[in-house]
Amino acid sequence: MSTETIPAPRSSYAPRKKRRVNWEKWGWLYMRISGLFLVVLIFGHLFVNLVAGNGVRAIDFAFVAGKFADPFWIVWDTLLLWLALIHGANGMRTLVNDYAHNRNLRRLLLFGILASTVVLLVLGTLVIYTFDPCPANAIAGTLPDFCPAK
Amino acid sequence: MPENSAGALATKVATLKIKPPRLGGTVYRGREGMWSWVLHRITGVAIYFFLLVHILDTSIVRISPQAYNGVINEYKTPIMGLGELALVIAIGYHALNGLRIILIDFWSVGARHQRLLFVIVILLWVVLIAGFAPTQIHNIILEAQGHASAS
Repeated sequence: MSTETIPAPRSSYAPRKKRRVNWEKWGWLYMRISGLFLVVLIFGHLFVNLVAGNGVRAIDFAFVAGKFADPFWIVWDTLLLWLALIHGANGMRTLVNDYAHNRNLRRLLLFGILASTVVLLVLGTLVIYTFDPCPANAIAGTLPDFCPAK
Repeated sequence: MPENSAGALATKVATLKIKPPRLGGTVYRGREGMWSWVLHRITGVAIYFFLLVHILDTSIVRISPQAYNGVINEYKTPIMGLGELALVIAIGYHALNGLRIILIDFWSVGARHQRLLFVIVILLWVVLIAGFAPTQIHNIILEAQGHASAS
């Protein structure tokens, strides 16, 4: 039996380009991994805010202050903010790449998504970590029970 | 054998029905695969724009308690209450179909059962809506009647 080697038919003659980071692959993977976390985070968020107790009727400043007094909900909401907004922005990026055929329009939309995402991530994170549950400018009756000025 | 002669073969080929090309080809195109994908995009866009607004409205907690309460009271009106129901319906679909996509991509037999998985998604979606809608409608009615929340 001869041991003649046959070159692989699909291999190219040009040397392979240096491999770069495959951002599309990581974006694809991010959607699935963050999606798994978001299923838990969002249904937990919806249950506590819309189902438990009096549902949406119970939400007011004191309710939010009560949640943010607990580090558990600070971590929960921070994860929710970052994972959900980046998941949503990456999804919108996919739609823009699919449907915005004009190059300038596409660039404008992609920049808009990026800019709004950065602004909202910074804003949301600042709100969570600089939150004051007992602000001095509060009108009586709006503060949670644990505030001295209530 | 006489039935394998060129003439007989040509007749046999001519009588074969030529099927129209199928729209399918990938699990994402045609029938359940495509409609699940269309719904996933529509619900995704809806949830995204709500998320933008929701981050802004929640940020008002940083301005003053009365400003936040004023805005959040808008979320308790009947129209916004139905909007929240629609939001939960959209999120329910997007979440369940997202899990289906993960199973299709990573489970060895996921792609083969994508149609069955879609049926399961729809069934669980209906159960989720049936579980949440009465609670939400109940709260909308109580709020409209002016019942004070017991919290």
